Amino acid sequence: MALVINEEQNMLKSSAKELLDLKSPISHMRELRDDNYNQFDIDLWKEMVEMGWTALTIPEEYNGLNFGYVGLGQVLEEMGRKLTVSPMISTVLVSTTLISFSKNEVLKRKLFDEIMNGKKLCSLAHEESSHHNPNVNLSIISKNDEKFILNGKKRFVIDGSISDYLIVSANNESSGKLELIILDSKSKGITFNNKVHMDSKNYSDISFNNVEFSNNDFLSSNDDGQKLLSKTLDISCVGLAAEMLGNIQQAFEMTMQYLKEREQFGVKIGSFQSLQHRSAIMFGEIELCKSIVLKALQAIDSDDQNLPELASLAKSKLGLTSKLVTNEAVQMHGGIGMTDDSDIGFFLKRTRVTQRTFGDSNYHLDRVAKINNY
Amino acid sequence: METQVKVDLTSFRLETRKWLEENCPKSMQEPVTDANQLYWGGSNGKFSSKDQEIWFNKMLDKKWIVPYWESKYGGGGLNPKQNNILNQEMSRLGCRKPHINFGISMLGPALLKFASEEQKIYYLNQICKGEIRWVQGYSEPNAGSDLANLQTKAEDKGDHFLVTGSKVWTSYGDKGDFIFCLVRTSTESKHTGISFLLIDMNSEGVSTRPIKLISGKSPFAETFFDSVKVPKKNLVGTLNDGWTIAKYLLTHERQMIGGIGDTDKKKTLSEVAIDSIGVTDKLLSNSSIRSKIANLEMNEKIFELTIQRALDEHKAGNNSGAVSSFFKYYGTELAMQKEELRLEVNGFNSTEWTSEESNNGREARYFNRSKGHSIEGGTHEVQLNIIAKRVLGLPSK
Repeated sequence: MALVINEEQNMLKSSAKELLDLKSPISHMRELRDDNYNQFDIDLWKEMVEMGWTALTIPEEYNGLNFGYVGLGQVLEEMGRKLTVSPMISTVLVSTTLISFSKNEVLKRKLFDEIMNGKKLCSLAHEESSHHNPNVNLSIISKNDEKFILNGKKRFVIDGSISDYLIVSANNESSGKLELIILDSKSKGITFNNKVHMDSKNYSDISFNNVEFSNNDFLSSNDDGQKLLSKTLDISCVGLAAEMLGNIQQAFEMTMQYLKEREQFGVKIGSFQSLQHRSAIMFGEIELCKSIVLKALQAIDSDDQNLPELASLAKSKLGLTSKLVTNEAVQMHGGIGMTDDSDIGFFLKRTRVTQRTFGDSNYHLDRVAKINNY
Repeated sequence: METQVKVDLTSFRLETRKWLEENCPKSMQEPVTDANQLYWGGSNGKFSSKDQEIWFNKMLDKKWIVPYWESKYGGGGLNPKQNNILNQEMSRLGCRKPHINFGISMLGPALLKFASEEQKIYYLNQICKGEIRWVQGYSEPNAGSDLANLQTKAEDKGDHFLVTGSKVWTSYGDKGDFIFCLVRTSTESKHTGISFLLIDMNSEGVSTRPIKLISGKSPFAETFFDSVKVPKKNLVGTLNDGWTIAKYLLTHERQMIGGIGDTDKKKTLSEVAIDSIGVTDKLLSNSSIRSKIANLEMNEKIFELTIQRALDEHKAGNNSGAVSSFFKYYGTELAMQKEELRLEVNGFNSTEWTSEESNNGREARYFNRSKGHSIEGGTHEVQLNIIAKRVLGLPSK
C-alpha cells in the first residue's frame, strides 16, 4: 500500500481541522483547565458525534461508518495540534476497539449503539502498577453461585471520572485466564480516587471490592481475553502516537514562528546557527514520525501481522521524539516558555503523560527487541 | 488497456527472471563486501574474474548496463515499471551490478538534463558500454563546504580553454579516464562565474596523487591541472552557469551517499550481537548494548519507511517535505552510528587491523572510512544549514 493518505482521509482531516479551529482552539483547553480541571465539554462532544467521529471505526453491520483507523488517526492528529479535551481516546480509540473484537454480539450491538450516539462514555481499566505491564494482573474474578465477583485495584484509568462504563481486565480464578468484563461505573463496590495529572487531565485509581456482575457482562469468551487486550493495546498505542504527532508538529511550528519573530543582539534569533541546526534535526525526526505513524495506522486497517512491532516502533519513536521536540520548544522560547501564559508548556506537559500511557519508549523498545528475538 | 499492461509486465517479469537465471553466473550472485569487487570499467578496467567478464558482456549485449536510458543513448529503453521489475528480479536472485561508474549515477543525470543532443549521444553511449571511467572534480584545497569559492581557472583561448589549478577528494581520481569539473570562468561573481567542463585525464598537464585515509586506504586523489588545453566542445550547459548543474548533481550525490548503509546485508546487527555476546533467558546478555541496538534498528526501519513515503508522495504528486539534504544527513548518520555500535558489539575483534581472521581489518577500516560520510557530499553542518534555510525558512539575520 502506498504510504500516503487518500482523498477521503484527507477530507476527513480537513473537516476535523475546521471544526477544531472553531470549537476547540488551544485556548479552549486552557479555559477547561481553569474551570477546575473540567474534563468534558458536552457541546463539543455533541459536535464530534454529529461529525460521525464516534462511528469511524465501527463496521457497517452495526450502523457504523467503517472508515478505518487511518481516518481516526487523522482526527486524533488534528486533536493533538489543539490539545483538545474529549473522550475520543478513552471511548472511541480504546473502548470501541476492544468491543469490536468481542464475540458477545448482544452486548456489542448495544454498546456500539450507545457510543455512536454519544449517550455513553467508556474507559478501559487495565493498569495495576506505576508502569505499563499487561502481563501482570492481580485483579481476580471469582464465582459465587450464579453471580460473578470482581476484586482488585486499577490505576491510571483515562477519563475514569466521567465514564459510564468501565471495561476491566482480571484473571478468572477457576481457569487462570485473563477476562475482560464491562461494568456500570456506578456499581456497588466501586470506589474512585480521581487524580489530575500534569496534562490537566483526569486519571482515576479505582478499587473494586466484591463487585457483582453477571454472565452477560463478559466481553471475552473462550479464553480470548489476553488476545483482545493485546490487540486493543497495539491499536491504542498507534492512535495515541497519532495524537502525539499532532502535538509535536504544532509545538514545532509555533517554535519556528517564534524564532522568526524574536530579536536579540539586533537580529532574529532564528538566524543563529546553533538554533538552526537543532531545528533542522527536529524537522527530520518529525518526518520519521509521520512515516511510522501512517504505516502503523495502515497496518491496523489491513490486518497486517506486523502490527505488534509497528505499534511498538510508533510508540517508542513518538515517545522519544516528543521528548526532544517539547524540550527544545520550551528552551527555544526562553523565559517566555517557562510562563503559564504561553501555550508551549502545554505540549511538554501533555506529552510527558502520553509518553507513559500504554507503555513508554523503554517498554516498547524492549518489546521490539523481543519480537526480533534478542 | 489496464489489464493488457499488467499482462505485459507479468510476461516481462517472467522473461527477465528466466534470462537472469540462465545468464548470471553463480559467483556473480554472491553479495559484495567492497565496492572494489565490482567492475568499474574504463580504459584500465580489469575484470577480477572470468565470471565477472561474462556477466558484464551478457548485460552489455542486452543493453542493460544502464537499462532505463533511451536506446539512442545506448540504454535499454525500459520504462520505469519495467526497470523496477528488473531491479526486483536482480535483487531476488542477488545479482551483482554488472558495472558501476560515476558516469551512470552522477554525470549521466546531469548530461540528460543540461547537455546538447550531440554531447548526450557521444558521452552517454560510451557510458553505457563502460568504456570511460568518470571521476568528479569539485572540491579544492580552499573550497570544501564553501564549494563556490573554487579557484581552478579556465581561460578562454579562442578554440579551447586553458585550465590551471587543482582538485582534491577526487574519488578514485588516479584511476579515471575523464573528469567532470567545476571551473572558474569569471571572477565577477562567486556563483555565476562557474562552468561545468569535461576534461580528458590523459591530456598533457594533468597529474594525480592518491590521498591515504585514516582507514589506510586511498579511494581519493588530488588532481593537478598545469595549463591543460580543453576543447570548447567539452563545456556542458551555458558558460558561467555551471553552479546550476553542480547543485543538481549534488542532489544525486546526496541521494547516493544517503543510500550508503549496510555493508553486511546478510546479518542484522542484533544477529551479529547474539553470536558475539550471547543470550541469557532469550535476551541479549548485555542490556546496555541491547537497548542501543533496538534504538538503532528502530531508526533504520523508520528511515526506510520515510524513503518509501517520499517516493509514494512524489508519485501521488505531493511534496513530502523531506528533502535530499535530510536523506543525506540522516542516512549517513545512521550508517556511522551503526559502524560505531558494531565496534562495541564485536569487542577486541573489531579493532584488528592486519590479521587474517579480520580479513585485513575489514571492519576496523570500514569504521574509519565511515567518518567521512558526514564530511563528503556536503558536511552534516551544510545539510542542516540547507534544511534550516530552504525548508524551515529561518532567517539569515
